[in-house]
Amino acid sequence: MNYFPDEVLEHVFDFVASHRDRNAVSLVCRLWHRVERLSRQRVFVGNCYALSPQILIARFPGLKSLTLKGKPHFADFNLVPHDWGGYVQPWIEALSNSRIGLEELRLKRMVVSDESLELLSRSFANFKSLVLVSCEGFTTVGLAAIAANCRFLRELDLQENEIDDHSGHWLSCFPDSCTSLISLNFACLKGEINLAALERLVARSPNLRSLRLNRAVPLETLQNILMRAPQLVDLGTGSYVHDPDSETYNKLKHTILKCKSIRNLSGFLEVAPRCLPAIYPICLNLTSLNLSYAAGIHGSELVKLIRHCAKLQRLWILDCIGDKGLEVVASTCKELQELRVFPSDPFGVGHAAVTENGLVAISVGCPKLHSLLYFCQQMTNAALIAVAKNCPNFIRFRLCILDPTKPDPVTMQPLDNGFGAIVQSCKRLRRLSLSGLLTDWVFLYIGMYAEQLEMLSVAFAGDSDKGMLYVLNGCKKLRKLEIRDSPFGNKALLTDVGKYETMRSLWMSSCEVTLGGCKTLAKEMPRLNVEIINEHDQMEIGSDEQRVEKMYLYRTLVGPRKDAPEFVWTL
Amino acid sequence: MLPDLPELDVSGGLNFKETELTLGLPGEIGRGTSSFIQITAGSSSAKLTGTKRGFSQAAMDLNLGRSFYVEHDGSCCEQSESENEDLSVAKPPAAKAQIVGWPPVRAFRRNVMTKSCNLVKVSMDGAPYLRKVDLEMYDSYQQLLSALEDMFSCPTIPYTYPTRNYLDEKKLMDPTSGVEYVPTYEDKDGDLMLVGDVPWKMFVESCKRLRLIKGSEAIGQLHAPRTPQPSAASCTST
Repeated sequence: MNYFPDEVLEHVFDFVASHRDRNAVSLVCRLWHRVERLSRQRVFVGNCYALSPQILIARFPGLKSLTLKGKPHFADFNLVPHDWGGYVQPWIEALSNSRIGLEELRLKRMVVSDESLELLSRSFANFKSLVLVSCEGFTTVGLAAIAANCRFLRELDLQENEIDDHSGHWLSCFPDSCTSLISLNFACLKGEINLAALERLVARSPNLRSLRLNRAVPLETLQNILMRAPQLVDLGTGSYVHDPDSETYNKLKHTILKCKSIRNLSGFLEVAPRCLPAIYPICLNLTSLNLSYAAGIHGSELVKLIRHCAKLQRLWILDCIGDKGLEVVASTCKELQELRVFPSDPFGVGHAAVTENGLVAISVGCPKLHSLLYFCQQMTNAALIAVAKNCPNFIRFRLCILDPTKPDPVTMQPLDNGFGAIVQSCKRLRRLSLSGLLTDWVFLYIGMYAEQLEMLSVAFAGDSDKGMLYVLNGCKKLRKLEIRDSPFGNKALLTDVGKYETMRSLWMSSCEVTLGGCKTLAKEMPRLNVEIINEHDQMEIGSDEQRVEKMYLYRTLVGPRKDAPEFVWTL
Repeated sequence: MLPDLPELDVSGGLNFKETELTLGLPGEIGRGTSSFIQITAGSSSAKLTGTKRGFSQAAMDLNLGRSFYVEHDGSCCEQSESENEDLSVAKPPAAKAQIVGWPPVRAFRRNVMTKSCNLVKVSMDGAPYLRKVDLEMYDSYQQLLSALEDMFSCPTIPYTYPTRNYLDEKKLMDPTSGVEYVPTYEDKDGDLMLVGDVPWKMFVESCKRLRLIKGSEAIGQLHAPRTPQPSAASCTST
């Protein structure tokens, strides 16, 4: 292909958008590699310890948008100690010292300090978009810096972060000249907000499309905001509580009628169910509804609301909806593609939970379903088989039975056959989470049928090393494997060590893997970081026969990381 | 009984043909996508070889017969087999030690969900059943008492003690019988307290249960320890 000038190649590559395709393009030949890397603007780094900022900057000088992920997924569930790592500071420092004109930064499960945010806000004149998901380590002081210094900020999206709330003052730090906001999401902030500043900000942001408020924003303010921003497409309410007989509520009802563009609705952290009728007119056009934090809506009010939402494609809900409520979803939401049912009482005995019946009803009514996260009281093989038949299009299938080793309650059998049916029928399955009583058989089925599987989550499952080996051997596209409390040991870990260089990472905790096994692996595979997390005996090394509490291994270009805390030991 | 799982030969790959024939009971399975459906049709008597951890047996013990479950308020109740029969959903084995990181709910969500709902029981003397209110739903005593008024269908009478603190004492009156109710609550220590003495947020933190006590009994329980006021005596006589 030497007879094409570089500009032509570059133009062609412009149409190649996805990271994977661009990565593939760059492997064709040296010329393509060079043209591709010089023209690449968006880079996705799935594990921040797989490479260094310097490598990134050297390879992609035209970088504008960077996505970084830090801690392993199980950190979401408190399985990773607090100071494990995942700091964004070195990245921001390196980028700010370079000539990179960063415009967008998206971080997930990383530690972000106020210092980092401040540096970020001062280093890139054209910075436009900051998205933080499940991050921690910063306060509203850092947010104030972003607000004050990023003159062309378009997007500030904070999703489920642990933020120390020092004051609502940060909102006032957006200068009067800032009129470029398109998306603002501060729903996860716990503290008070300067309401007047918020209203003024909305009033001077004509391009605002997405606004998600926190609990501190009352209904009166919502009313005022919607008056000024009827063009909103995505709305997250704050506190949705008021007297339905009041003037304010009446005004809201009329204002909402003007908001014809709202397609995404969320929030309702606090809700007075008698005020819900005001939103019925929006429900007709909703494609996405997130009520997973709306503990105050249940029973008949919830069902009444759902009956209005015939065009829903994505629904996040609490399990207090019950099986009967899911039947209503199934008969109303024929376009449903993604469903998440969260437990309303994660520690309780689940009086109002859902069972296999709700899921089967959904599968019958919603054949377009391709993504599922379902926390339930119980599941049967028969139900899973029915779901597999009705919905062969699953891409993501995550089932969580609240009692993690519960068998099929009707037959008392393990759920191997049910999950086997899912992987056999859903040929495009990329992500799978298992639960319930499971033997090695389910892993045999996964290895046989789940050809597109990229991520597998296993807990309290399997009988022997064979289980893990079936998966490692059979799933050619496997990228992430995370296992807890399952009897897989050194034989499973060491039989095919080369496999791990084809994967992003492997997590094993409370399994049968020993220190000796991990050492052997680390020795044979120098391009992997094999990290042992031992919280209880930090400095004691112990014998090779000792079982390892938590092991996290990942491929990397840059060897053991230098920021590992005391309790993390890279072999 | 299903045969032992095949050994894995990494170099040659798994011999799938061989294993496919052995999935399920002999004679029942044809090849192809419907194999799993046929498996369950006849497999109710099939039992897989026991797992290392013997959970199937343990699970059977837990699901039949008596099971214990833990109430929201921490008390432990026993549920008999006969009660179980009425339930379409098997009660989960209860009172387990909580497993770290299970169920896999993001810590952020977990924190929000466990804090956001503060349901307390409300009893009214003489009413046949109790109600529940979520204290997080209200910002003030006024709102709470209005809600209670809605719930128990009696209007609120604002009632002022001249020597009382900044807060008007509220009473509820049942219009049909003319009986007044004094709102009280049980705090963390189990003591019966008059609603309204402490700031609202402090009340929400410490309130475990609400009790609407009939006016005449309230006098005996709440007013006795206080210094009697001449006006108080005349007011409480109604």
